[in-house]
Amino acid sequence: MASDDRRANLQPLSLYVPEPKFRPGDAVDFTSVRLPPAGETRRPDTADKAETFIDLAYELVRVLDDDHQAVGPWNPRLSPDTMRSMLRSMALVRAFDERMFRAQRQGKTSFYMKCTGEEAVAVSAAFALDYEDMCFPSYRQQGLLIARGWSMVDMMNQIYSNSADRLQGKQLPIMYSVREAGFFSISGNLATQYPQAVGWAMASAAKGDTRIAATWCGEGSTAEGDFHSACTFASVYRAPVIFNVVNNQWAISSFSGFAGAESTTFAARAVGYGIAGLRVDGNDALAVYAATAWAAERARTNQGPTLIEHFTYRAEGHSTSDDPGQYRSEGEPNAWPLGDPIRRLKDHLIAIGEWDEERHVAQDKDLAEEVKRAQKEAEKNGILGHGLHQPLDTLFDGVFEELPWHLREQQAQMLAEETASGRPWARKS
Amino acid sequence: MNMIQAINSAMDVMMARDPDVIVMGEDVGYFGGVFRATAGLQAKYGKQRVFDTPITECGIIGVAVGMGAYGLRPVPEIQFADYIYPALDQLVSEAARLRYRSAGEFIAPMTVRSPFGGGIFGGQTHSQSPEGIFTHVSGVKTVIPSTPYDAKGLLIAAIEDNDPTIFFEPKRIYNGPFDGYWDRPAQNWSKHPAGEVPTGYYKIELGKAKVVRAGEALTVLAYGTMVHVAQAVIADAGIDAEIIDLRTLVPLDIDTIEASVKKTGRCMIIHEATRTSGFGAELSAIVQERCFYHLEAPIERVTGFDTPYPHSLEWAYFPGPVRIGEALKKVMKD
Repeated sequence: MASDDRRANLQPLSLYVPEPKFRPGDAVDFTSVRLPPAGETRRPDTADKAETFIDLAYELVRVLDDDHQAVGPWNPRLSPDTMRSMLRSMALVRAFDERMFRAQRQGKTSFYMKCTGEEAVAVSAAFALDYEDMCFPSYRQQGLLIARGWSMVDMMNQIYSNSADRLQGKQLPIMYSVREAGFFSISGNLATQYPQAVGWAMASAAKGDTRIAATWCGEGSTAEGDFHSACTFASVYRAPVIFNVVNNQWAISSFSGFAGAESTTFAARAVGYGIAGLRVDGNDALAVYAATAWAAERARTNQGPTLIEHFTYRAEGHSTSDDPGQYRSEGEPNAWPLGDPIRRLKDHLIAIGEWDEERHVAQDKDLAEEVKRAQKEAEKNGILGHGLHQPLDTLFDGVFEELPWHLREQQAQMLAEETASGRPWARKS
Repeated sequence: MNMIQAINSAMDVMMARDPDVIVMGEDVGYFGGVFRATAGLQAKYGKQRVFDTPITECGIIGVAVGMGAYGLRPVPEIQFADYIYPALDQLVSEAARLRYRSAGEFIAPMTVRSPFGGGIFGGQTHSQSPEGIFTHVSGVKTVIPSTPYDAKGLLIAAIEDNDPTIFFEPKRIYNGPFDGYWDRPAQNWSKHPAGEVPTGYYKIELGKAKVVRAGEALTVLAYGTMVHVAQAVIADAGIDAEIIDLRTLVPLDIDTIEASVKKTGRCMIIHEATRTSGFGAELSAIVQERCFYHLEAPIERVTGFDTPYPHSLEWAYFPGPVRIGEALKKVMKD
């Protein structure tokens, strides 16, 4: 071909494929992770234009310093009572996760997902939002329900798909839906909740309501088209919504580089859309609270959306079906330079004389007992391992508001099959 | 009224009755839609209730899901049915399943309007009939009108319905019925009885087919544009056929279909969509399951071809009078 002559002196192209720094067996060194000191990042007025604080999309909002003090302009100056309450919620989430993880291992349910190391992301947000605000979570924000004081028994009923499961056993465990607690039904398809949150927020604005919406996705799913559609819509209509990107470094076995982390930050996604972007130390409960409260104030005063990147680390596997030992260094979780969110808030409370190790140990013991009691209560309603708990004919409920003939026919067929089996399951009375 | 005016009137009536009905989509606001279906609505109901959207179909439908969950009744427009594919995940995995997966805690009561079908020289990106994709999904209703009168009544019913509904508008007959003879002069709805559309509220229940011609010799199942083509071909052939306009594909009016085929003993199914795994296959299976011992001839399917819609050759693709005529001969044999 003629073009071959013209290209004779060119080096062949090569395809760049990102690779995480550490694999199983590697020693971990996180010194290259740039961490600005706590208190250093400026705090714009919530009425400021997004274009005037683009730098914040590349910085890191941090409040708790190395001496466990709350410092700088983002210090939300929470009362010790509020901070103790947040600490308790985070510890309760961890206790809940521990217990439910074990329940899965004992065969009591099919699946579970912990949020270990990310407790501040959901818990602090729940404290900073109004109870009436609508949350469109992903699957690692169980802290929203716990912090909103929702019944753990109810959550466990869902995890066990038992007879008291409000979702009638129709959803994978942990895919909660609690309308009363402002917790939208979780989808397994990633980032679909993003435009939905925008739609809810736009509806609230169009109706002259005062409530706002918040949504969460992992850094991996910022690659989904829905994420970008949502950012466009939110920017165009100045929707009162908070976008949370939980950058926990790992999307199952794919490190954040496959979502573009080597080129920029996730908060910087906001810049191209002209919406406010903040990058926050996700393991600093006070920083998460401050950022969320700031974004909520922007939303509530018609300043539009804010995208918050929570820089954190997924300390455990993706789910009970995942073995992170197969793809990342065992040393990573402990070497993570931002530490543990629960320990950091605890250390702060101790440093200011509002908490102590003894009380913390006692609280952990109490919380473990509380979770255990809830579990016992939930298990009275059955566990997934012991077969189906829903009346058989509920299988067809909710496909449509009313049952059309073709579903009625299929339902009748199913019930006839059950009768023929000689061991019929319970039916709706 | 023509069909566009009837559709416009349906939205007008519903927006006046229910402050939670909102209209959104590409170009639907100030301009009133590329087919003018939303003309005048923004001026009447304001920008908070009728507005243009960015060009992101997954965003339009995703936002509509959130609005529905809030308590509104969005009527999003997808400008051409060919562009509904980017929105499929939000329609199939989200809108269609929200009620089921949340056991009724959240619903997505939206009516997705979208012009569909060929015959306007729209090429492969402005001509498709994707209804079969949605009839295959659990949790969405699929509605296709064939006249202005039906379009208004069905659209009002769809907007009032608490389930997500795909409302496909056969754009070839927006302005007048079409007999399948592309080289004849265009007809006009003003000369058709179904063009007489009341300005006020009325609705046509979803899931009810309409017998547009009663007959004894053959049952013809069709919807949208093909209802008119079928009527013209049957009239030319002088066959005493019963022609059923399905109007709603999900839920389907099985009783009307079954009674008719048992009476006539013959069945022909016509749609413009590609053949393989099209809705005609489902209809054929249903008729065979329920009416096998009443059938006097194999069921005939007349459809578009399994190719993309070809621009310059669209009349060769279109299941017009010749193709239907050949199928008629086969189904009427013996």
